[in-house]
Amino acid sequence: MADIVAPAYRTIPIIPALIPGAMEGKGPFVANEKINEALGFPGQLVEDWHDKAIAKMGELLSKYRSFRVFMDACVHCGACTDKCHYFIGTQDPKNMPVARQDLMRSVYRRYFTLPGKLFPKLVGARDLTREVLDEWFNYYHQCSECRRCSLFCPYGIDTAEITMAAREILDSIGYGQKYSNEIIGKVHKIGNNLGLPGPALVDTLEGLEEDVKDATGLDVRFPMDVKGAEVLLITPSADFFAEPHIESLIGYAKVFHATGTSWTLSSMASEAGNFGMFIGNYEQLRKIALRIREAALELGVKRIVVGECGHAWRVAYSFWNTLSGVGSGADEVDKFAQMLQKQLDHRYRQPTHICEFTWDKIQQGALKFDKSANDKHIITFHDSCNVARGSRMGDLPGGQFEIPRNIIKAVANNFVEMAPGTTHAQTFCCGGGGGVLTDDLLELRVKGALPRMEVLQQSVDEYGVNFMATICAICKAQFTKVLPIYGFDRKMVGGVHQLVSNAIQLGPK
Amino acid sequence: MSTLFAILFYFATLAFVVGLFYRISVYARTPSPLKIPTTPAPTTTGGVVLRMTREVVFFESLFKSNLWIWGLGMLFHASLALVVLRHLRYFTDPVWGWVVFAQPFGMYAGITMLLGLLGLWARRLLVERIRYISTPSDHLMLVLLIGIAVSGLMMTFVAHTDVIAVKGYFLGLMHFNVQMLPSDLLLGVHLSLVVALLVVFPFSKLLHAPGVFFSPTRNQKDDPREHRHLSAWAAKFESEKN
Repeated sequence: MADIVAPAYRTIPIIPALIPGAMEGKGPFVANEKINEALGFPGQLVEDWHDKAIAKMGELLSKYRSFRVFMDACVHCGACTDKCHYFIGTQDPKNMPVARQDLMRSVYRRYFTLPGKLFPKLVGARDLTREVLDEWFNYYHQCSECRRCSLFCPYGIDTAEITMAAREILDSIGYGQKYSNEIIGKVHKIGNNLGLPGPALVDTLEGLEEDVKDATGLDVRFPMDVKGAEVLLITPSADFFAEPHIESLIGYAKVFHATGTSWTLSSMASEAGNFGMFIGNYEQLRKIALRIREAALELGVKRIVVGECGHAWRVAYSFWNTLSGVGSGADEVDKFAQMLQKQLDHRYRQPTHICEFTWDKIQQGALKFDKSANDKHIITFHDSCNVARGSRMGDLPGGQFEIPRNIIKAVANNFVEMAPGTTHAQTFCCGGGGGVLTDDLLELRVKGALPRMEVLQQSVDEYGVNFMATICAICKAQFTKVLPIYGFDRKMVGGVHQLVSNAIQLGPK
Repeated sequence: MSTLFAILFYFATLAFVVGLFYRISVYARTPSPLKIPTTPAPTTTGGVVLRMTREVVFFESLFKSNLWIWGLGMLFHASLALVVLRHLRYFTDPVWGWVVFAQPFGMYAGITMLLGLLGLWARRLLVERIRYISTPSDHLMLVLLIGIAVSGLMMTFVAHTDVIAVKGYFLGLMHFNVQMLPSDLLLGVHLSLVVALLVVFPFSKLLHAPGVFFSPTRNQKDDPREHRHLSAWAAKFESEKN
């Protein structure tokens, strides 16, 4: 992979010219039989894939209003054409959101609309051929489901919904992606995306307790499977051992320690990430989310707190209540949800983001910081796409932007924003989200990071930024890999709770 | 010709109404199993109504994304609204006061509508990205609308038709009583194209008009933690094994 080089920065961020076919190819690795069958998908491409795919498409059209309306509503106005980071980085016209949608829409028109059946050429309709199917596999794995296009569309058409539908169709005919499906298999079998077994986790946590003891002289605990704890922390498994993720895990533990919160991790639900969303499969999405419900019921916790993770927070915030009853406001007769919701303490938001938890405690004056501990850093904040456009924090819309920034400003002295139009709701994806964080898609990841890297470079030149904080495990992993290719130090990226960890005062030593 | 157009208009109106109602009922019937508003999103019903109003009346998202498309789109749609209002005079007797008031605006709106359409077509032809995504039907749709605008403007500014007779014809149609339609080429072209527009509407991208109201990313409240949202097909998983 050494031959992958970073694309040149655009001197003025003009809209790039088209290079048709720039990202043509076979796409990511295809899942093998064993991986697919473990999830209940056909092992390999079925013989009658054509009919099965069209039938599946019809099923999805009847189950998802988003998919149904989005197939009809587009007028090809072109507003989205320059909004996708993958288009900007690759210049492949099929990475323009509308063109990516049209890979599906053209088939929808052919099989599900009268004009497409009568005059396919006129309305851009086409048969589902093997070439089209391969094109789907390739280009629907060049979308990170970041929703930036949906923000700008006059009808709110969200390409993520169409990407999910495409992946769902592909899985249903045995043409799934290795990376996502393999990871989902690990969650079911072992409990987390990284495949870390329970005993290894406990070892890691004990090691962390020793490290923190060496550094602070205090017994900061990292408890596992403690029944009757108040808080169950659900965090991406990368937090347990990957750098810089682990620094944030230490930060969460210190916050719980400093506020005297009894908390626990769960070996059964040792993963916040939910790749079921990436592949658009409701049953997988639900099955993975149910692990958290089971762990909460078994441990008898009162609150569920979620660690720094982007798509995971979207699933937790927006979908958990639906999928597993983790939330509030279920109907009295809704036994399934009430079973859990009776146990949870509804004075708190369910689920709570770790940033909400920390910010509430800061506002209550329960935490003390030595801000100078972060003085070596000039910090900027990268809004993670699915937190920004698929979730919220706090009570007001936009809290997902304010709360992490408020925390950074409370624990550090030097904070600057990156260029407007690339942060808050309009943030660019890191280039690695939504099921593409795999080395077989490294070229795509490097190119997709271009718009973020450009503005990061700007803030480095202008303000001397040397730390980009973010609250997503995928962002952290992606940037760690991609920053050096753009000539930055890989250690520039880190978590918000890493900064909290640096500055927090845990009482007299 | 009067009878032919009468048949065409009855047929087109039927196709338009039935087609549109069918589409809308499909949208309304199809469930939204998950909460997917594009955030930051309003947390209350009132907030959603405001958001939808800003989208539908001011094209808020489009304004944020591309000022050229917004300006031309706004010019076209606002002009079209005025033109349609102006045309109400052919279907009401006596003509409502505010329709009378709108007459001169509607007249000049015909010109701005044409300018908007030509601008949008120019973008489609000249901007590489938009040319790439355009299908023949995208161009034809613009041609159709431009044809309607040009033939209408010609009748307003160049070769007048007998508008009194036209009005009599349409009032007659509304009471299933076919009157004489002036045999005028421009009028024939104008009305034929309008018939085509009505028929095409429920089968084409013109469905963006009803579609926008059903877009879950815009019309959902941001309250998934406070209320449990469950669609019928998703609820079945729970009754199966709890």
